[in-house]
Amino acid sequence: MGKRFGVLLVLLAFIMVFSGTGLADEVRIGVYEPLTGPMAAGGQMTLEGIRLAHELYPTVLGKEVRLFVEDNKTDKAEAALTVSRLIELHRVNAIIGTYGSSLAMSGGPVAETAGIPVMGCSPTHPLVTEGNDYYFRACFIDPFQGHIMATYAYHTLGAREVAIIQDIAQDYSVGLSHFFRQAFVELTGDPASVVGMSSYQTLDTDFTAQLTYLRGLNPDAVFAPGYYGDVALLITQARELGMDIPFLGGDACEAPEFIEIGGQNVEGVAISTHYSADAPVTEESTKFVEAFYEKYGHAPSAFAALGYDAYLLILDAIERAGSIEPEDIRFALSQTEGFEGATGFITMDETGNAVKTGVILQVQDGEFIYAGSVEPQ
Amino acid sequence: MSLTHFFQHFTNAIYLGSLYALIAIGYTMVYGILRLINFAHGELLIVGAFIAYYGILIFHLPWWLSFLVAIALGAFVGVSLERIAYRPLRQRDAPRISLLVSAIGASFFLQNIGLVIIGGRHKAFYRPPFFAQTTQLGEVSVMNFLFVIPLVTLLILGGVFFLVYRTRTGMAMRALAKDYPTARLMGININRIIAYTFALGSGLAAIGGIMYAMRYPAIHPLAGVLPGIKCFIAAVVGGIGNVPGAVIGGFILGFLEIMGIAFFPHLAGYRDAIAFIVLLLILSFKPTGLMGEQVVEKV
Amino acid sequence: MTKKQMLILFIGAVIVAGFLVYANLTFDAYMLRVLNLIAIYMSAALGLCLINGFTGQFSLGIAGFMAVGAYAASLVTLPIAAKESIFFITPLIWPFSVLELPFIAGIIFAAIVTAIFSFLIGFPVLRLRGDYLAIATLGFSEIIRVVSTNTISITNGALGLRGIPPYTNIWWSFGFAAFALFVIWRLINSSYGRAFKAIRDNDVAAEAMGIGLFKNKLLAFVVGSTLAGVSGAFLAHLLTAIDPAMFRFFLTFNVLLMIVLGGMSSITGAVLGASIVTFLFEFLRYLDSPMDLGFITIPGAPGLRMVIFSTLLILMILFRRQGLMGSKELTFEWIEKQLARFGGKKGKPREGDSHANP
Repeated sequence: MGKRFGVLLVLLAFIMVFSGTGLADEVRIGVYEPLTGPMAAGGQMTLEGIRLAHELYPTVLGKEVRLFVEDNKTDKAEAALTVSRLIELHRVNAIIGTYGSSLAMSGGPVAETAGIPVMGCSPTHPLVTEGNDYYFRACFIDPFQGHIMATYAYHTLGAREVAIIQDIAQDYSVGLSHFFRQAFVELTGDPASVVGMSSYQTLDTDFTAQLTYLRGLNPDAVFAPGYYGDVALLITQARELGMDIPFLGGDACEAPEFIEIGGQNVEGVAISTHYSADAPVTEESTKFVEAFYEKYGHAPSAFAALGYDAYLLILDAIERAGSIEPEDIRFALSQTEGFEGATGFITMDETGNAVKTGVILQVQDGEFIYAGSVEPQ
Repeated sequence: MSLTHFFQHFTNAIYLGSLYALIAIGYTMVYGILRLINFAHGELLIVGAFIAYYGILIFHLPWWLSFLVAIALGAFVGVSLERIAYRPLRQRDAPRISLLVSAIGASFFLQNIGLVIIGGRHKAFYRPPFFAQTTQLGEVSVMNFLFVIPLVTLLILGGVFFLVYRTRTGMAMRALAKDYPTARLMGININRIIAYTFALGSGLAAIGGIMYAMRYPAIHPLAGVLPGIKCFIAAVVGGIGNVPGAVIGGFILGFLEIMGIAFFPHLAGYRDAIAFIVLLLILSFKPTGLMGEQVVEKV
Repeated sequence: MTKKQMLILFIGAVIVAGFLVYANLTFDAYMLRVLNLIAIYMSAALGLCLINGFTGQFSLGIAGFMAVGAYAASLVTLPIAAKESIFFITPLIWPFSVLELPFIAGIIFAAIVTAIFSFLIGFPVLRLRGDYLAIATLGFSEIIRVVSTNTISITNGALGLRGIPPYTNIWWSFGFAAFALFVIWRLINSSYGRAFKAIRDNDVAAEAMGIGLFKNKLLAFVVGSTLAGVSGAFLAHLLTAIDPAMFRFFLTFNVLLMIVLGGMSSITGAVLGASIVTFLFEFLRYLDSPMDLGFITIPGAPGLRMVIFSTLLILMILFRRQGLMGSKELTFEWIEKQLARFGGKKGKPREGDSHANP
């Protein structure tokens, strides 16, 4: 008896999992983001922006837009599965995602095989879109991000010798540290101008040995392209070791927790990012910032803005294409030019990367303050 | 490496080593008496830290009161864990491997229930300003933690020694560790003594978790994994079940991790492997640890 | 093997093959992916079953061997062009940089490399017993992960390998699962298998009987780990992208749950456990993600899935330590009895069950 019932339950479950429902008169947009795991903060911030955009622009071509949100758990295998789930189960027309380049790189091939366009919000690794005609992104890429911080270190801080400390277990961190190094060496013309490099791994909390080593090399500044929690701890320990040189970070540092954890110690730290609420560039940004305050009660992060733009870019492409066929959306996306988003004017290059201005933020009195921008090369 | 740098590394190693030692004491207590690798010990650290965190954040308790409450509640969580996940197995004389599987399950359970309730984002832990104060001694900077953590470790070491060697409960614990069936025949209430042991071990875990969170003030539900496994290794190095051995093992591990990078800075990325390599070496050449007694395997 | 048993085996194989043909034709990519995962985890679970269940040597290092197999196979099958583009920090070392071999060569290479690794690792650790062995194998698995994160010129570090050709399909994965099943079945029913079980039940007595403890333990360890390594290779060619973080202790936990659920010393149990856990893993995804019903959004509870899995593990070990199957197997006798009971009418066999075992 019990056994039969069990079999029945399993069968029922099978049907529930594998049967998709299809409705013709709506546009289905899938979202895959890390809502749990080490990158949860980024994924959740992005989702805030996507949900806001969906609230403000719920229809396109007279059809209702439905969002399907999936959690990829900061896990590559899960990312590939969630994409194939969005496509096969939810029959989405287009996909948004994801924070974390490694996740985007495992989701990408699945979408490409199925012929569904994906709009990345913040995966900055160059290989995400390269060789994949179906992947686009609303953000700039790491070589440019490395260039932003190298320029800042060289010109604004006047640094001639820098050190790097990277999270060797994160491809984002390893990649960005590589591009920063390249860009900085290009500026100084001297390969020895990056005086030292050290590594830690995700979940490590003690960085004193690495920092003491770097301190001994007397750099003018230290670049730490890791995730916010680790970098905040790292800078705190650096200050405790008496290192009072400037620290620089990447876009993954932009989270309120960075300042909560670092407190006084992260004052003056500069990071590169995609957007600042302090310096609205378009009419859409003003609208976005106001609506965001109203809905969530706090200032939007760059990731929220990128999520917002990713959604709008897809809607814009659908409108221009006059169709919700994935292939048409893909073509229209690749033709995007001068699109007015919350993060600035976006033009797609031939690889599917957004060409746009990069922003530098600096921590001042416990807040990220706009500290300048760098134009695309 | 200049001498000042060496002293700085040395100082760093003392922070880390004393912290490992502190946490390893709790680990070795539980193992020594129950012969159980409490895989969930690392999670108990974080449970303690989070209770302290929320005590300050939500209930606005003064920090020391919040810490005391966290230690008490941490002990309670540990006892409940033993009651639910280990005792039923023990009473059915299950093989030790079953206990290990149950402990692995408990560890994953605590991590993920933490993710469900708290979420995965890092939280800033409160640091009493005095503890984090830095003084410059020449070019070596020294935080008050340098004295605070070893002091706490010493106090705990003394407390544990007093309890184990000077009280009746301690005597019962030792009896239990030596010979479980005989201890039962001698009229020792096994369940109560094991509950005490777990309360003590988990209370120590909470203290360790709080000290760890003060030293590295960014906590999240997975933050206990690494200190948990490393302090287990420290306990094995010292001879598991041996309290002074755990302290020595903690310092050895702390020093190896820091000095490894100090002398081979290019191998910094391999740092997390050091603990495991030490573990394998110890297990290959002296499985009972540096201070452990020779245990005769019973057939 | 009697004629009747041959017939049952044949019919079973035909039914499974028929199901796979049907699945291959009608299932969508997502569902095929889940089926592939089931077969891949099945092979890994069988390997772990041999070590932990039949020989009683509790290993927690399965994720490390899967990593070794995955990297070994991918490094030889990855197209040269892809190697040039992904290794942009440090170029790949020779000879991998010039290799681009067919899938079967990759699988064989993965098997050889994991066999060597497990032999070298088994040598020092198999002297240890019980929970010390468990911790030592866990340690090796973690060392493999840390090292593969750092050796950028071989593994590409955290950037991982991507663009691995998607060679894994239903035939490969189920074919290998069937092969693993066959190997384990033959092994445990041979004199080696009896030695394994004797070591598990009482190693001192086994040694007194003249069974070479170390040799037999090592054999079980190498065979089991190699099966896991090859399943890792199939996993890599299914996902097409791998990196060291995939092979954390979490993966070992999953495989361990499979064999604990199914019954540690039962082949049928491992097959059942792998199918149930992989399937539940997908099904329970509903719990994690927020459900957007258009007019209302139900917030999901991320992590809840793992809470359920860990609870399941604890409950199994507390209340049904022997697992679903215990040490029982699906036997020909049982099938014959069932057939007789249904009066010649055949019941609907479940997937995996048809690989019977006398």
